[in-house]
Amino acid sequence: MSRYAIPVIILLVLGGFFLRGLGLNPTYIESPLIGKPAPEFSLPDLIDPSANVSTSDLVGQFTLLNVWGTWCPECRNEHDFLLSLARSGMPIYGLNWKDERDKALEWLEVLGDPYVASAADVIGDVAIDFGVYGAPETFLIGPDLTVLQKHISPLTPEVWETRFVPLIEEHSGKR
Amino acid sequence: MIPELGHFALVLAIFLALYQAILPLAGAAWGRNDWMILARPAATAQFIFVAIAYVALTRAFLLDDFSLLYVAQNSNSELPVGYKFAAVWGGHEGSLLLWCLMLATWTLAVAWGSRGQPLAFSSRVIGVLGIVSVGVLLFTLLTSNPFDRLLPAAVDGVDLNPLLQDPAMVAHPPMLYIGYVGMAVPFAFAVAALLTGRLDRDWARWTRPWTIGAWVFLTGGIALGSWWAYYELGWGGWWFWDPVENASFMPWLMGTALIHSLAVTERRGIFKSWTVLLAIAAFSLSLLGTFLVRSGVLISVHAFASDPTRGLFILMLLLLISGGALVLYAFRASNLEAEGGFRLVSRETFLLANNLLLVIATFLILIGTLYPLFHDAMGAGNLSVGEPFFNAVFLIPMLPLAVLLGLGMHTVWQKMEPGALFARLRWIGAAALIAAIVYPLIVFGSTSVLTVIGVGAGIWVTLSSLIEPISRWFNSRAVRLTRAQWGMFLAHLGVGLFIVGASVTSAFNIETDRAVRIGDRWEVAGFEIEFRGMRTEEGPNYVAEVGEFDLRSNGELVASLRPEKRIYRVQTNPMTEARMDIGLFRDVFIALGEPLGDGAWSVRVQYKPMISFLWIGCIVMAFGGLLAATDQRYRRTVRQRVEPRTKVGVTAEQGSH
Repeated sequence: MSRYAIPVIILLVLGGFFLRGLGLNPTYIESPLIGKPAPEFSLPDLIDPSANVSTSDLVGQFTLLNVWGTWCPECRNEHDFLLSLARSGMPIYGLNWKDERDKALEWLEVLGDPYVASAADVIGDVAIDFGVYGAPETFLIGPDLTVLQKHISPLTPEVWETRFVPLIEEHSGKR
Repeated sequence: MIPELGHFALVLAIFLALYQAILPLAGAAWGRNDWMILARPAATAQFIFVAIAYVALTRAFLLDDFSLLYVAQNSNSELPVGYKFAAVWGGHEGSLLLWCLMLATWTLAVAWGSRGQPLAFSSRVIGVLGIVSVGVLLFTLLTSNPFDRLLPAAVDGVDLNPLLQDPAMVAHPPMLYIGYVGMAVPFAFAVAALLTGRLDRDWARWTRPWTIGAWVFLTGGIALGSWWAYYELGWGGWWFWDPVENASFMPWLMGTALIHSLAVTERRGIFKSWTVLLAIAAFSLSLLGTFLVRSGVLISVHAFASDPTRGLFILMLLLLISGGALVLYAFRASNLEAEGGFRLVSRETFLLANNLLLVIATFLILIGTLYPLFHDAMGAGNLSVGEPFFNAVFLIPMLPLAVLLGLGMHTVWQKMEPGALFARLRWIGAAALIAAIVYPLIVFGSTSVLTVIGVGAGIWVTLSSLIEPISRWFNSRAVRLTRAQWGMFLAHLGVGLFIVGASVTSAFNIETDRAVRIGDRWEVAGFEIEFRGMRTEEGPNYVAEVGEFDLRSNGELVASLRPEKRIYRVQTNPMTEARMDIGLFRDVFIALGEPLGDGAWSVRVQYKPMISFLWIGCIVMAFGGLLAATDQRYRRTVRQRVEPRTKVGVTAEQGSH
């Protein structure tokens, strides 16, 4: 029976993974990065490729790093909220993930640009460093470049109020 | 009161399902005919009670009974009546009840369609289906009861998700579920065969029409879902490799492999243990899909509200049902002996290659879908694979499959001279290659290696599916094709058309996003588009901003399109209703984006060449499946022994398929 037992063994291994997976809610997953310094990066600016967007730009203020791409339908859904956040004064940096520059520029032109700057991560290396699960995804990064929060799926007013604002208040109080 | 009756009917259905599971299986094990003959009535009764529960829930929707939590969450008094029927399966609980109803319906059909089969066998099939029913019904009742009351009752409901308020969405879930759940039938046949220890050509002949039937619905359901995504999500994409799409696509691929493997087992009595394994795998992937969609382990645009208890329950169900079958397989599969061999150049070889490639494709998609989960569970953080991964891993096994498909269709069983095969297909191969190089250049003025490969593969499959029916048509002395053969050629023709459509539309699709004002004219892909105006319209439960666009080609009006941006009154998120001018060789697609202020709107216009071929391909495939499933040899009610067959009979059959 030996080789005929292979399928059942595969099923059991898969089952083990699923069991672990159930304990981990992917939307509110605790990123291993939380509380640690943000991975360093330096990428060409999407709009002006001769300039660079890098970790050092984020120093000294609370910032959002928003992972987006024109291929991502849900990114369009959160776009309006990002625009209103940007208008309210929150600095948002974009990580334009595995995208085509022309499409991305057209997107920003047509829909509006909420970003202070967007870093073009064409290959996806930086996204890997950040453990990006899927776009859209938003990181809250503190003035000392510590990752404070990570949210997978579109950012909404509720999520912003409950998962981001309290952290900003808490951490600005400490300083 | 009626909802309580529905709830009670569901409880009774569980007991009937238990009865339907235990008695026939025990009867078959101990040779008790008086127990086995109860299988059919038990299955019938189970169906009746599940149907009562389903009707009770539907009634609650039609009467706006917002004292039911589920109704309050998924309907609204203003929801049009047609969508109230669809709202029954608009959420987790009701769609699970639909799952149960579909399973009960398949069981009923199998119970009454299997009267020509030996009692011990048909009883086991019904018994195995009973076990699955018990599991799913218990799941519904214990974790997802749609009859839970809401006290005090809501004044009005929170409405059906506006994305689902669409005609294609009314048909998509039931169709998909029929197909999904239908994979339980070959599964039950496979387990029954393992229990009996008898797996012969009769078994394959009994199993095949059910498998094809489920596959036809699955094909239709997936195509409808893809069509819906194309025009309702407002993006013009038709396949996103979303975990939920993958969850329905994997059983489809396995089902396709199973149909082909069953053909070999039916004709030649080989590939037996492989066929059984595919049958188990196809249904296991259906269950896995259910698990992925409803447990929240993966993020998806369609995922239902996630709940770890539900996830745990389905996981246990998956492990018990599939695990049980696979343990049985581990012990019994070695007894399944091949009845003969075959040569290298023979239809068997091509079907084996078909199976391996389909299984590899399924496996790669499974890995891609679950990758975030593996990565995460091993504590390595999150990582995802995107569309580029899926496109690549899917194309790698699919292109050789398309080439082999054309060859395999024209190969006979057991042994064929390679020279004869070459003589038969060389002109088709040459024609496909030339057309693949010339056609994109002439029509679209450019091409690429991938386009040539894709279009070439599609035309190759299309032509090789057509040649046999056409040549027989012109040769009056030729033996007429059987319905199953027609089905095979048509289904493959559908595959060919689909490949052509998919290759052309992904290579030459033009997408534009523009900020425009009323009165603006601009050009996309040779069409002149004019933004004529905006107005506001009231729908039954929404308000829509309707854009008016004229589409002209060489100054002639082709179509006036009115894409909408709807705000539903209850769930206020805006919905994009794209509009298309549909043609056989191209669609022009207009969707309204966001208002940009000062009367400007962002407007997305897309030119989609040959996208209709995708849907036509799927319809042709499904129709081919329908013909094959209703072939005469599957409609014999009296048992006929296929073997022993005389030498003459075998030779006569070699020319056919």
